[in-house]
Amino acid sequence: MWFLCVFYHRLLDYRRPEVEALAELFGAFGGGGGNGGGEGGGGGGWEANPRKWSLEWKLPENHHVDSPFHFVSLPSEEIARNIANRSILVKGIYELWGQGINYEELEKAVREFPDERKLPYLTPESTFRIVVDSFGKVISFEEQNERIQGLSYIPFQGRVDLKNPEHKFWLIETDDYGANNGLPPVVQRTVFFGREVGAADRKLLPTYQLKSRKYLGPTAMDAEMAFLMANQGLAQKGKLVYDPFVGTGSILVAAAHFGAMTMGADIDIRVVRDGRGPDCNVWSNFKQYNLPSPISLLRADNNLPPWRPGLKEVFDAIICDPPYGVRAGGRKSGGRKLLKGAVGPYTVPEEKRFDHIPSTAPYSLAECVHDLLDLSARMLVMGGRLVFFYPVVREDGVTNNTQFPEHPCFTLIASCEQILSFRYSRILLTMVKTGLYTAEIEESAKKQHLEFKENHLKWLEDGNLRSAVFSPAESQMASLKLERDSKPKYRGKYV
Amino acid sequence: MRLLTHNMLSSNIRGVVNGFPLGIEAEKVVEREVELSAEFLRGVFPKIEWGALVAGARALGHPDLLPGEADASMLASDDFLRRFHRALLQLHVEEGALVCPETGRRFPINKGIPNMLLHEDEV
Repeated sequence: MWFLCVFYHRLLDYRRPEVEALAELFGAFGGGGGNGGGEGGGGGGWEANPRKWSLEWKLPENHHVDSPFHFVSLPSEEIARNIANRSILVKGIYELWGQGINYEELEKAVREFPDERKLPYLTPESTFRIVVDSFGKVISFEEQNERIQGLSYIPFQGRVDLKNPEHKFWLIETDDYGANNGLPPVVQRTVFFGREVGAADRKLLPTYQLKSRKYLGPTAMDAEMAFLMANQGLAQKGKLVYDPFVGTGSILVAAAHFGAMTMGADIDIRVVRDGRGPDCNVWSNFKQYNLPSPISLLRADNNLPPWRPGLKEVFDAIICDPPYGVRAGGRKSGGRKLLKGAVGPYTVPEEKRFDHIPSTAPYSLAECVHDLLDLSARMLVMGGRLVFFYPVVREDGVTNNTQFPEHPCFTLIASCEQILSFRYSRILLTMVKTGLYTAEIEESAKKQHLEFKENHLKWLEDGNLRSAVFSPAESQMASLKLERDSKPKYRGKYV
Repeated sequence: MRLLTHNMLSSNIRGVVNGFPLGIEAEKVVEREVELSAEFLRGVFPKIEWGALVAGARALGHPDLLPGEADASMLASDDFLRRFHRALLQLHVEEGALVCPETGRRFPINKGIPNMLLHEDEV
């Protein structure tokens, strides 16, 4: 069934993947689902062949892909409603009753829409309201009322209830803009009329906003993004979500909100165990929202994890924001001077061992990502998801095609760019575990680990993202000034 | 630290052949209510090393909480589920240590968080 899906106009790359992830969650692709709590649901239809993770999408005629208006095919209204209600970026999913380039065409289309699909929602016992909405323009209150009066050809028989109607109808208008005003190049004016099936609950955002979070760190994940990550990871009741770079727990808070059990680790014990006091730590973040605390928090090094040999396929999702060395540098154990070759191997004397704080060394992005992929390949269940941010450097304000990390156990199903500055973006990668963690893969990972250890310095120099982001920009400023006038006004992915 | 966590951890000090299960020195144990999820328990059961879980429950002061052996068919029983849930998720070591079975090296547990970081000479 085709539905009109209207998005909030932001985080453009994240919109369709979120809907597709939630479609998987609610059983659109067959297999375990329903409301996500099905017995033995596991990876959701894992046994079904062939595996698919994407939906069919269409654009309205003459609309650019960045337009907020999309048509999506979903198996049922119930699934559409579940997806919309749990999403963050879907402004509404509607059963389209008609569309047109003007109101005459719209009327014709709505009249032609089959009566048996319209009448059940126009009964005398029902309550309804009509919302007039627009994209990229303002419609005054008087004009809105005029438009509503103009719909009198639709036989509404129910009672109007503005606060809590059973049925909500939307009349949405957008004009033709070209590429001005920072809006997408929608070339043609369009008017839509439809019945609302579901909509995002944006009230989540002010509730969870970082502004009022008890315990924050410099890289705490913004609430909206944390919810998007939790949706990409299919966080739900009965599932176990792990964050190997937990920090203040901002990502786990979102997963816990959706009912998942959570677990986290961090190499910095002060962040995880102490926080800033008894009322200002990771536990207080969960208590603040009445969410169950993580079932486990530990201090561990992702480079030398403490898992028992043979342990595998434990987590349903691993959702994290690894340190890429721009705002927070990663660390790994092993003694920084030792790895640099500045000192020979040493033993910590017995009497000093008790509260010895081990020296940690810088952790390059390449090694960090390698370890994350290895950990995930081993510890995720089949069909489980790895969701993480990957930084990319932009050249002259353009993100060129980047090579994303790959691993034989994983299939990349989504990559969503968020432009952070002229110099760099971060890309949210969603990978599904589609291959078993074999002995060969384990061996090859061990070899790579040793390679990183032996060539520690070389990896640090090559992977220096921080200087690329923060170095002085004299040469770039000159070319910027020349280009400023010719740059298009369309904001694209800066939204 | 819960026994679920304890069941997953081992001493990975270089040279140690079998670092699992870690011994538990429980100085302060508390019990906290966690909502029981049968689906979660059934999913996690196959991953659990039962012997280590029983030893852990004993170390935390509950030697009779769990049967010595268990198999998946017992998950159908509500009583078993409740005991399993209590041992796995409700008992907490707030202060204490995990002990490597081969070297005796202690991994401290403070405020419920085990510190599994290895020293420079253990790597």
